Amino acid sequence: MDVLYFAWVRERIGLPREQVQTQARTVNDLVAELRAREERYAAAFADLSALRVAVDQELADFDAPLDGAREVAFFPPMTGG
Amino acid sequence: MAIRVQQQPFDLGEESTTFADAQNDAGAVVTFTGIVRDLPEGGGLDRMAIEHYPGMTEKALDQIAADARARWDLADVLIIHRYGEMHAGERIMMVATAARHRKSAFEAAEFLMDYLKSRAPFWKKEHTTDGGGWVAARDEDEDALSRW
Repeated sequence: MDVLYFAWVRERIGLPREQVQTQARTVNDLVAELRAREERYAAAFADLSALRVAVDQELADFDAPLDGAREVAFFPPMTGG
Repeated sequence: MAIRVQQQPFDLGEESTTFADAQNDAGAVVTFTGIVRDLPEGGGLDRMAIEHYPGMTEKALDQIAADARARWDLADVLIIHRYGEMHAGERIMMVATAARHRKSAFEAAEFLMDYLKSRAPFWKKEHTTDGGGWVAARDEDEDALSRW
């Protein structure tokens, strides 16, 4: 699936998007896999309360299932307007 | 109804006039415009950069506008939101609502703004003379949603 990062999450991880091969069943599982990769991921995902997630471009919870998901995005709380 | 996500500036006067001129049944048009603020105490804002999530942004704005139309009897809705780099004083975004009566137009405009603040995937970064950083979401903005 495609994993996208925005704002400081993108800066901390160092890329805007990447293809991830994963069997993760939920967003939380995916986060655990990403955290285990490298320090920059661990740093970006250190505090989930500072993050929001969207699954296929809809806001979701971290316990949301990923079956069939094509795109998951992580970002800080939005500041539109 | 029109929703535009764009990099280039927009002409507030022209957009407002075109929107108002297009209304036949409406007795009220409300517009709101968001402007890049300089930093307090002498400024120092070099520029603001707004990032967004192409695809999700348009969906989120469509949904917010649809929610407003389901809740109030609106004749029309316009949302324009910019992304990219801008300077203090530049217009970031605008909303316009049209309704038969002013109460609906005012309330719907406030509703649109409250949801745009915390449910539309935009992120603002301030670049200042000595660095800068990402603008943090405010608790009040999230709390504002509970009144609807």
